Amino acid sequence: MTRRIFALLKKDVLLEFRQQHTFYGILLYIAATIFVLYLSIEKPDANVWNGLFWVIQLFICVNAVAKSFLQESRGRMLYFYSITSPVEFIIAKILYNMALMIFMSGISLLLFFIFLGNPVADSPRFVGIVLLGGASISIVFTLMSAIAAKANQNAALIAILGFPVILPLLLLLMRLSKAAFAEIFREGAVLQLAGLIAGLDVLVIAMAIVLFPYLWKD
Amino acid sequence: MQKSWWKILSLLLLIYTIVGGLLMDVPRLFILNESIRNLYFHVCMWFGMMILFIVSFVYSIKYLRGFNLRNDIFAHNFAAVGTFFGILGYSTGAIWANYTWITDQSQSLGSVLKEPKLIGAAIALLIYGAYFVLRGSFTDIDKRARISAVYNIFAFAMLFPSIWIIPRLVGSLHPGAPGSDSGNPALNFKDIDSRLRMVFYPAVIGWTLLGTWIATLKIRLQLIKDKTLINE
Repeated sequence: MTRRIFALLKKDVLLEFRQQHTFYGILLYIAATIFVLYLSIEKPDANVWNGLFWVIQLFICVNAVAKSFLQESRGRMLYFYSITSPVEFIIAKILYNMALMIFMSGISLLLFFIFLGNPVADSPRFVGIVLLGGASISIVFTLMSAIAAKANQNAALIAILGFPVILPLLLLLMRLSKAAFAEIFREGAVLQLAGLIAGLDVLVIAMAIVLFPYLWKD
Repeated sequence: MQKSWWKILSLLLLIYTIVGGLLMDVPRLFILNESIRNLYFHVCMWFGMMILFIVSFVYSIKYLRGFNLRNDIFAHNFAAVGTFFGILGYSTGAIWANYTWITDQSQSLGSVLKEPKLIGAAIALLIYGAYFVLRGSFTDIDKRARISAVYNIFAFAMLFPSIWIIPRLVGSLHPGAPGSDSGNPALNFKDIDSRLRMVFYPAVIGWTLLGTWIATLKIRLQLIKDKTLINE
């Protein structure tokens, strides 16, 4: 099973290397949005910075993860159907999207630091929160992308389906990231929040594994 | 489905709720005063909504187990009535907050309503809004039933943290916040006066039964419309 997941993962990475336009497209998207922010507001205060950062993460994720199922043509899905099980397929997709999104989050964090200043008091901690957040958002959107792909390949549907579902997670993340902005938390509350987000991720992955088999047969 | 005793019960309970709720004695509380009577309407809407959503969730699971289109019609209509109850709960709450939460004239309702509990409720309504949009985007009936059942189950799982966990983490004006001693996000059951209980519990049952009644009517209509599609 791990061998097949690894093979599917390798296929996605190879595809990314061969069709580099999508990858660079997302990078350009990140750079352009953050540059626009830089032009419109110089040095936002910590709260605005935090809010903007997570909203940008959300849009990056919609763009980066959306194509993961939309790019698979009907014929190719049929081929996957014959050679692998849905559980392996969705796990490979989740892992790939997680890696992609963590990378994109890292890039956008770097650009935020360069262009919009660094109001973060505890940078290493914030980096950790961003990695956790990027991974969490990408897991949810992987499943949303799988659902939207079934609805006549409608890309706009991902945003409609995903935004209400992602809101609780995003609220928790924004709250958690305040810990890196020198806000005093009750003792143990930071770990509790991080644990809650990790628990939600586990829940979403479990739901994806249970529900995806129903999604992928046509 | 044609049994009628619970419909009569619902009607009687609701008559009791409205008459008793408006006429019977209630405790005089600071700020709340007579507006506490809204408890019989506002809180019951959320109870009704949550119960209807749970029923819808169960029917979605049942659909995925047997792919019987009947279950999809059940899930869809229970979710629709649940959303309707949610909208009613939200608006009764907004009216209530307008009179009890605004302490000085410079505060607007918009600034007061940015509450964790209200955000959770709004998320719930948005999620089900997305569910109906998703349903609308399919032309194939079987595909629509299957994909929207998947989304319904997933959305319900994500609804839980937004309604039951996040409100427990942050303080708020709403009763049952972490500041008060009960952890329940909706209301503190230990706080309720026995005079309120007399009407409150029958009201919850009455409104929920009414919601079920509306849903079954919609379901029966849909079942007749789709008679040719469902093979019993």
